[in-house]
Amino acid sequence: MLLKVENLQAQIEEKQILKGLNLEVKPGEVHAIMGPNGSGKSTFASVLAGREDYEVTEGSVEFDGEDLLEMDTEERARKGVFLAFQYPVEIPGVSNKLFMQTAVNAVREEKGLPPFDMFDFDEYAQEKIELLNMRPDLLERSVNVGFSGGEKKRNDIFQMALLEPKLCILDETDSGLDIDALRVVANGVNALRSEERSFIVVTHYQRLLDYIKPDHVHVLYNGRIVKSGGFELVHELEENGYDDIIQQYQGE
Amino acid sequence: MSEAQVTQETTQYQEINDLLSKNKHYKEGFVTTTAVETFEKGLNEAVIRAISAKKNEPQWMLDFRLKAFAHWQTLEEPHWAKAEYEPLDYQDYSYYSAPECGACSEGACSTESEETIDPEVAKAFAALGVPIQGEDSNVAVDAIFDSISVSTTKREELAKLGIIFCSFSEAVQDYPELVQKYLGTVVPYHDNYFAALNSAVASDGTFVYIPEGVRSPIDLSTYFRINEAKTGQFERTILIAEKGSYVSYLEGCSAPVRDTYQLHAAVVEVIVHEDAEVKYSTVQNWYPGDEDCEGGILNFVTKRGICEGKNSKLSWTQAETGSAITWKYPSCVLKGDNSIGEFYSVALTNRRQQADTGTKMIHIGKNTRSTIISKGLSAGKSDNTYRGLVKIAPSAEGARNFTQCDSMLIGDQCGAHTFPYIEVENASAQVEHEATTSRIGEDQLFYCQQRGISEQDAISMIVNGFCKEVFSELPLEFAQEAEELLAISLEGSVG
Repeated sequence: MLLKVENLQAQIEEKQILKGLNLEVKPGEVHAIMGPNGSGKSTFASVLAGREDYEVTEGSVEFDGEDLLEMDTEERARKGVFLAFQYPVEIPGVSNKLFMQTAVNAVREEKGLPPFDMFDFDEYAQEKIELLNMRPDLLERSVNVGFSGGEKKRNDIFQMALLEPKLCILDETDSGLDIDALRVVANGVNALRSEERSFIVVTHYQRLLDYIKPDHVHVLYNGRIVKSGGFELVHELEENGYDDIIQQYQGE
Repeated sequence: MSEAQVTQETTQYQEINDLLSKNKHYKEGFVTTTAVETFEKGLNEAVIRAISAKKNEPQWMLDFRLKAFAHWQTLEEPHWAKAEYEPLDYQDYSYYSAPECGACSEGACSTESEETIDPEVAKAFAALGVPIQGEDSNVAVDAIFDSISVSTTKREELAKLGIIFCSFSEAVQDYPELVQKYLGTVVPYHDNYFAALNSAVASDGTFVYIPEGVRSPIDLSTYFRINEAKTGQFERTILIAEKGSYVSYLEGCSAPVRDTYQLHAAVVEVIVHEDAEVKYSTVQNWYPGDEDCEGGILNFVTKRGICEGKNSKLSWTQAETGSAITWKYPSCVLKGDNSIGEFYSVALTNRRQQADTGTKMIHIGKNTRSTIISKGLSAGKSDNTYRGLVKIAPSAEGARNFTQCDSMLIGDQCGAHTFPYIEVENASAQVEHEATTSRIGEDQLFYCQQRGISEQDAISMIVNGFCKEVFSELPLEFAQEAEELLAISLEGSVG
């Protein structure tokens, strides 16, 4: 098991958002988490990544046999947890290259590997640029500065490729993307799928999932997973919306 | 890194502030113990005569001092800067302090030969990494310890090119006609309160003269060290670049950790003749004081240069990280047609430091151009102010100015302020001003950390990115030093 979430409860500013979430992710699996606004999807992604605004009040998260909640943000990242942001952040004056070289070397250090110098890193990055069909000048630009919404998301996917994480969490990466950008993101994710790498794709929409085709789909409502199924659940939701599932759940 | 973890209730800004306030790494803060001759505290005409006598000065220099002192007594201490401090008690400082060297006789203490350097003083400069024995081939150094210059290296080599590089005191003795010609011409003794004080009690400084057509093959530099407690340092530096010459001049500063304010009121005058170019770089790392900036250096400095001739160029670059209070506006008077003035500045304030710094660009000649790039970084509970004047005189046909002031806030208890003054009296002038304020946000830090980058690395990466435009103007080694200084000044608990 790569990730085991048990009875996870979390709050922000005294407001309970996650109310006992359970999830198991095996290596190589792709899980989609869907749900209406305010159900706790982004909170779940943030808690896994270690954002400090959220306080975990109950439950446990085991990642690769270790207690994830004990680790601080950068430690989680170094051990292979990657979060693709809903709104990737701009860092003026810092080139993508310096930023990612620093990040990649932090991960390499964690793995006991020697750091990449500029030349090693350039070669390594070129491979990934080609793999993902990114623009060659991507590395020279300041981190996300002057990037369109689509470019920012692509840059996040590029970073994901560079860091080779074990668990990739996509937090509504598809929001605000046009169909072309969506396809680029989806192709990136598909290119990075492997037997060891797992994904948790948090989304509102079916569109992205049509390209990615997750193994498991979960519906999150009111801080809990209320229904799980296979890819077919995506289409069920497409036709009937969340209402049926929610009513069914509330009836129980 | 885990020691940086705090309880969930504290905001990240508090955390950053905590990290920053843990900075105890003012590594230049040691005290040198050696036999010193220090004047009794107090300031009066007798003290000024004594300083002048100590330095064996000619009458004209003493007259200059006395004139300035008389004027200073009529002035009031200025408090218009955005920095708060109690009025200083000028009688509570000593105005002359020098390491005693038994080897040299009364009055000739501005020594030049290596043998007479006090070993403790030599050790201090070695610890500071200042090559006062001439061991660094790329730079000539004038090392100033409290009130006097203790060593000036590479003078013979430079002399072969006609370059004069010596302490100000020596210049008064050896090149009186040059000193008399230029002293007080760019910064008159009556210019302002601290300039008047400096003119009265000027301790030592550096004198540089680059003859016509000579490009100085090495960088010239001065390292200022304040050691004695309750002592003021009032250096006077004059730099003259004759027609078609070039020089890159650097200065660095530091002081020991003391528990009372020390006063540093310097005057720098730069004269740039036709087709000449002067690059003047400063890395200022005066002791900023304790947590509340008690005991730090009060840095009240008047630096000004005149681009006297056609096509001349003066470029000020400064990285300011120290001092409890900084009050400093390196300026350019662009008198020659087509002359160019530049000001590149990074000012970092932390804890309760207060910096009020900027520049003045006075355009007089035709087609004069000036560029101002100012980067202010505020952290802790500090206040960082940019104050700048761009003045286009009626005669400055076709003058142009570009100003960019960027402020970055680190944390939520600091302040950034911008006061640009623009006076245009010629309709053909073009003046541009851009200003931005940003904040190292929680989101930026989280983004970096989520990619595996530690909080400290993230902060220094973001800060260096912000300062890049200015650091690229510094000579290479200085740029590195400035980057390291920033990192140290922002350093927290990362082991």
